[in-house]
Amino acid sequence: MTVVPTTPRRWALTLAGLALALGVLPASAQQKVKTTPSPDPREGLAAGKFDAGEAIWNMRMLSTTPSPGPFALNTNTDLAFSGNLVYQGNYNGFMVWDIANPAKPHLTTWSHCPASQSDISVYGNLAFVSAEGLSGRLDCGTQGVPEPVSADRVRGIRIFDMTDPLDPKYVGNVQTCRGSHTHTVVTDKNDPEHVYVYISGSSRVRSPEELPGCSELAPSEDPNSSLFRIEVIKVPLKDPSKAAIVGGARFLDNLAPAPQRSQPTPPQRQLTPAQDSAMAARRAAMAARPGRTGPNQCHDITVYPAVDLAGGACGGYGVLLDISDPANPRRIDAVADTNFSFWHSATFHNDGKAVLFTDEWGGGRAPRCRESDKYEWGANALFTIENGKMKFQSYYKMPARQTEWENCVAHNGSPIPIPGREVMVQGWYQGGISIFDWTDPAAPFELAFHDRGPLADGELTSAGSWSVYWYNGVIVNSEIARGLDIFELTPSEYISQNEIDAAKTVIWKELNPQEQPMMVWPASFAKARAFVDQLERSKGLTAPRIAIVREALTRAEATGGNTRNAALGQLATSLVADARGSSDAPKVTMLVNAVRELGGS
Amino acid sequence: MSLRVALVLLALAPALAAQKPAQTGPVPADVHFITGMIPHHAQAVKMAGWAVTHGASAPLQRFAERIAVAQRDEIAMMRTWLRQQGRPVPDTNATHMMMQHDGMAHAMLMPGMLTDTELAALDAARGVEFDRLFLGFMIRHHEGAVSMVDELFASHGAAQDEFVFRFASDVFADQTTEIDFLQGMLDALPPPSRP
Repeated sequence: MTVVPTTPRRWALTLAGLALALGVLPASAQQKVKTTPSPDPREGLAAGKFDAGEAIWNMRMLSTTPSPGPFALNTNTDLAFSGNLVYQGNYNGFMVWDIANPAKPHLTTWSHCPASQSDISVYGNLAFVSAEGLSGRLDCGTQGVPEPVSADRVRGIRIFDMTDPLDPKYVGNVQTCRGSHTHTVVTDKNDPEHVYVYISGSSRVRSPEELPGCSELAPSEDPNSSLFRIEVIKVPLKDPSKAAIVGGARFLDNLAPAPQRSQPTPPQRQLTPAQDSAMAARRAAMAARPGRTGPNQCHDITVYPAVDLAGGACGGYGVLLDISDPANPRRIDAVADTNFSFWHSATFHNDGKAVLFTDEWGGGRAPRCRESDKYEWGANALFTIENGKMKFQSYYKMPARQTEWENCVAHNGSPIPIPGREVMVQGWYQGGISIFDWTDPAAPFELAFHDRGPLADGELTSAGSWSVYWYNGVIVNSEIARGLDIFELTPSEYISQNEIDAAKTVIWKELNPQEQPMMVWPASFAKARAFVDQLERSKGLTAPRIAIVREALTRAEATGGNTRNAALGQLATSLVADARGSSDAPKVTMLVNAVRELGGS
Repeated sequence: MSLRVALVLLALAPALAAQKPAQTGPVPADVHFITGMIPHHAQAVKMAGWAVTHGASAPLQRFAERIAVAQRDEIAMMRTWLRQQGRPVPDTNATHMMMQHDGMAHAMLMPGMLTDTELAALDAARGVEFDRLFLGFMIRHHEGAVSMVDELFASHGAAQDEFVFRFASDVFADQTTEIDFLQGMLDALPPPSRP
């Protein structure tokens, strides 16, 4: 930011302070690494519901299945997974699909129990469903709830017992003051008898006449205010009907002067010590202002119990939480960004050293991928985490221009378990599915995509990918208006067959993407070969060495027992020597370890 | 597929086909909210459009651009919804809500909107004084929008329609978030100059 030349000095100082507090405009934010084909085949696709034009790159569609019955008339929402089953939420309830044969999913059961958004999670034999809208009824009726205050309304969490997979039993509710827009199941490694559910609600607070205790007063006026908090629910697994709120985690207090980051190193940082102390005083004054308590809600929280971290997307802030005590999440850091409107959700690197936040600017209803829409708006912001502090690195946005008839903004996705890399698949509503590599958070790039033309030509109608997640070898997409899509990756110059095969060795029994699991790869030749492919790409080994290593792996695989172990031991030893001279030594070391695991040592 | 699953699915098929969607259409409060929010948004777009020409600070120009893009898109969505309901559709640039009262048409300002005098004062301001006026007015403007959501949710039969509920909830969430942001910018301004 430049200071207006005619501005008096006193103001110039203040404006510089404002620039530091609010961030500096990036000169030009765009894709730094461009991999996407040109012209982009996603541009200019024909409109249609089941006959829309489609563009696909480096992936293959295995099936697309329209939503049945009443679900076809309403919005499909989030997904959860258990064994061969996919739970798909819908504003009218939820569906359960068996995808043992991903080319032909079949409907196992369903629950017609309307409430928006019906975001869904599974834990063991339980399913949790979010209810936020004003029309959701305790009795699952379809007639809505016209009274502003009513004992029939449910806003919070519904709990279903799925012990009989063909017959879901509605076993209880937990009502909350703001309803549940989304929720996050959190397991406690020290307490196998209970599971926690974090409730994020972003709608208006209910009347205390409808739900006693609800309060819209500022926390300074009412310590039990329903604002500036999430609800923490504790569920006894033996009797889930006794699930109850155990606390409101008030980790959003006193957050006002979080630094607004647009670029990693704003030039305004070169201030004199006097300027610095003047600004510190101003920030302190802002923080002390009564009633100022940061964002009053969270939209979504992704927990990563393996590293005791959670990423909270809370109003105008991205919040990093310590969840070592799941009943009492504690804030470690918070960031804001002048390019971000409404922080939506988070995804971590497998080692917990980077986090990606999405900005669902416009709530997912608006077309934010037109030519006129900026790359850094309605996008992902990528941060490294260093000593508990988030450090901005770059933005990533699905790069194809979309029409004004396509709602498009960053939305839900999950990591794809390719060893040695950080790859994510993400839904962009009618912007389709984008798969990208963010191993280097400063330089993300696209690897694969799928996109359809607009649902309706000449009218903005909500559709597209609500959520798309990798689960046990396939990519499952909840399409708002069109149903359930299943894809697989195909090899390309950006992902090899070995990397795909290695990703398929990671099998989860259950997956709620808001509770991110740590990816752990069993020993496999695919994993070792994936690292070799990556070293070929990074030139971390010479071409002749790559050929020799591949040959050695092929020979070892063809043998067995002690012969194989000896060959693998020898290969590992030779690779240790390679690591010393390699420009990509960490990857060579990963390869050494993968080879040793194969050799049983 | 087991025989049991196949049998249950056969039984499900007609049951699924017979299910009806929720029979909850919009009520007058919904239509009033959406119709009134169009001029409310249109005034915000007009104010935001002055940021560049009136010498607003760079952070405010950026924020104003976001407001303009967001609320212009929302006006289009609200107009589409009203058209789908077969209701009168206010003009994209409408600055007042037309209401019938005692057989007369009155041009009303929705909560938090600026009067013509206030708009003229904002239009006359430049530089940091524009920032100060804009931020104060826009905070009030946003608070007005939030109060419209409060009124809607307190009305009988309101926001049963999913578009209206989602839209009103987003107005609530977005604009309370933005009030926080605007207040931060206002607090960071230098004290007003005195003649």
